[in-house]
Amino acid sequence: MTNLLEVRGLKTQFFTQNGIVRAVNGISYTLKEGECLGIVGESGSGKSVNVLSLMRLIPTPPGKIVGGEVLFKGEDLMLLPMDEMRRIRGAEIAMIFQEPMTSLNPVLTIGFQVEEALKLHKGMDSKAARERTAELLTLVGIPNAIERLDDYPHQFSGGMRQRVMIAMGLSCDPALLIADEPTTALDVTIQAQIVDLVKELRKKLGMAVIWITHDLGVIAGLAERVIVMYGGYIMEEALVKELYARPRHPYTIGLLGSLPRLDAGEGAKLTSVRGQPPNLVNLPDGCPFAPRCDFVGERCTQKMPPLEEIGPGHRVACWEKEKTEGMKPHAR
Amino acid sequence: MGRYIVQRFLWMFIVLFVISMITFAMMHAVPGGPFTQEKALPPEIIANLEKRYHLNEPYWKQYLLYIDNVMVPHISKDAAPEMVDEALVEISLPGGNYLRWINFGPSYSSRSRTVNDIFREQLPVSIQLGVISMVVAITIGLPLGVISALKQNTIWDFLGMSVAIFGVSMPVVAMGPILIWIFGVALKWLPPTGWGAKPPFTLFFIPNTLGSWDFWKHTLMPAFAVGTGYSAIIARLTRASLLQVIHEDYIRTARAKGLSERIVTTRHALRNALIPVVTILGPMFAGVLTGLFVVEQVFGIPGMGKYFITSITNRDYPVIMGAILMYAFFLVISNVFVDITYAWLDPRIRYD
Ligand SMILES: Nc1ncnc2c1ncn2[C@@H]1O[C@H](COP(=O)(O)OP(=O)(O)OP(=O)(O)O)[C@@H](O)[C@H]1O
Ligand SMILES: [Mg+2]
Repeated sequence: MTNLLEVRGLKTQFFTQNGIVRAVNGISYTLKEGECLGIVGESGSGKSVNVLSLMRLIPTPPGKIVGGEVLFKGEDLMLLPMDEMRRIRGAEIAMIFQEPMTSLNPVLTIGFQVEEALKLHKGMDSKAARERTAELLTLVGIPNAIERLDDYPHQFSGGMRQRVMIAMGLSCDPALLIADEPTTALDVTIQAQIVDLVKELRKKLGMAVIWITHDLGVIAGLAERVIVMYGGYIMEEALVKELYARPRHPYTIGLLGSLPRLDAGEGAKLTSVRGQPPNLVNLPDGCPFAPRCDFVGERCTQKMPPLEEIGPGHRVACWEKEKTEGMKPHAR
Repeated sequence: MGRYIVQRFLWMFIVLFVISMITFAMMHAVPGGPFTQEKALPPEIIANLEKRYHLNEPYWKQYLLYIDNVMVPHISKDAAPEMVDEALVEISLPGGNYLRWINFGPSYSSRSRTVNDIFREQLPVSIQLGVISMVVAITIGLPLGVISALKQNTIWDFLGMSVAIFGVSMPVVAMGPILIWIFGVALKWLPPTGWGAKPPFTLFFIPNTLGSWDFWKHTLMPAFAVGTGYSAIIARLTRASLLQVIHEDYIRTARAKGLSERIVTTRHALRNALIPVVTILGPMFAGVLTGLFVVEQVFGIPGMGKYFITSITNRDYPVIMGAILMYAFFLVISNVFVDITYAWLDPRIRYD
């Protein structure tokens, strides 16, 4: 299968008054057509900046993509003139954002906001766009969609707004849908509904998905492959099953340890990753996880380890990866 | 919406009542009276004058008399009443009767005129100038603010905001004469003083010369002198508001859709950014209207400003009362107008 997306050495920084924020530090990964890739990591690990960089939606200033290539269908998005980039946004790559409450324009109707993309990319006239919008809203599970086209975002609940965002994202049949923590702001039952919805739509429409979350539990049922990010680096990458069965990076092990498990049995304690997330301003040399790591060694504070293949499709960036061989996350 | 507007108008009556009471009380609390002059009049004459204008009555009675004259329609027989009884609304009824309503009383200092005369002849001129000044302020201020925001921290932003600061810090007393000197005296493009519209006016304030250059050649300089100062306020607020909106999540959504920057700005950002700008337009219009005195003096415009200022020094009670109530009336009206615009801009606001 060919690669739909190939990210090579992507590096994005924010030039703020307090110094340079190294949000994404030269990460590389790929995505096959129709594949679902999960990106996990705690708050501030650079997940959003990563995907916003793909879309070239980083606010500039203060942000800047300082290096790297993003090959989408073989074409480097970073080199495209802006008007061609706009032809990709919304049409080829669509995005759903973290905050459903604020991601829709409060003064424009739901219908208008979905129609807008259809008119722009599909050249539909108002009538056709409106009909298609009603179909899309029905598809994402909004009851009485036709009657709700002229409603405004404030008349929708958070979960409904996120469905509208999904409808908007799907409207032009994108090859890639990026969902940036689409369920974090929603309550648990709605979360499950949205996850199921995307799963079902993927089956129906066959698009590739990048699903960002800091909840490893959500990823398990959805993604085929997972990337674990920390401090703007990819720490580990593996197929979902492999990652759950044989996590190798100490951070991943910690993350999985903080996940409740049904098979852990009575008395098993939940652990969490100790310490604080790193400050991305003045990031020290070496591995950003070193200050919080139980396995920290000599080299860890001096040089960032390379992301090395340790098994089929399983890559880890850790100097001390021998020590974690055969570890079970809940056995700490 | 309709109900809301009706409600607002009912409220307006209450507000105007309260204002009339406060004004009346304050006016009489200030020492001196309309007939106190440097060269004292003989006491008999003062007594006579006071009797004629009911100033010898107790205050509460004077106040009720005033309210009665303004608010209550009166029906009387005679066709040409004495000037003190002149009313703004006069309808002839069958049987030779006349219905008269809204009588703001006489002016004490210019004996040949009534407050209604001032409302008919001077107030419309001030409103014309005020409205056109607001239009100037908006047409200069909005684009300036938008450009400054979109080109934040570039030479355009710097230039725009310099113009804005210049506008705020340039008082009309300075700006007026400079304009007169350049366009009136040196270039001779525009007449230095005067006004191009005379009563009667259509619908109370629309000049019948509205379509002619005669009207506009007198309007441009004073409206510009007043408008630039206010345009600066609008420009700075628009800039700040747009800069804030441009960082909102829904703007990112609009960009993620692939929309061009122009559409993102005009369709998605501007309408949201205008909401706070519209809010200040109501009070601003009131400020423009009540502050026209200076510009009317500089450009020799027969507006209301002079009467309002001199009425206070002259203790010309009916003019003070009338002017303040009229200004308050326009303040309320312009705020209702703002509220309607507000609801139109922001669907989250509904009045029902
Ligand atoms: N506009 C900005 N200006 C300055 N710094 C920024 C900006 N946007 C992001 N950052 C910084 O980049 C880093 C990565 O942020 P990012 O939003 O990618 O985190 P995240 O992994 O998506 O976290 P979360 O789970 O909270 O969404 C953070 O340290 C953040 O402070
Ligand atoms: Mg994020």
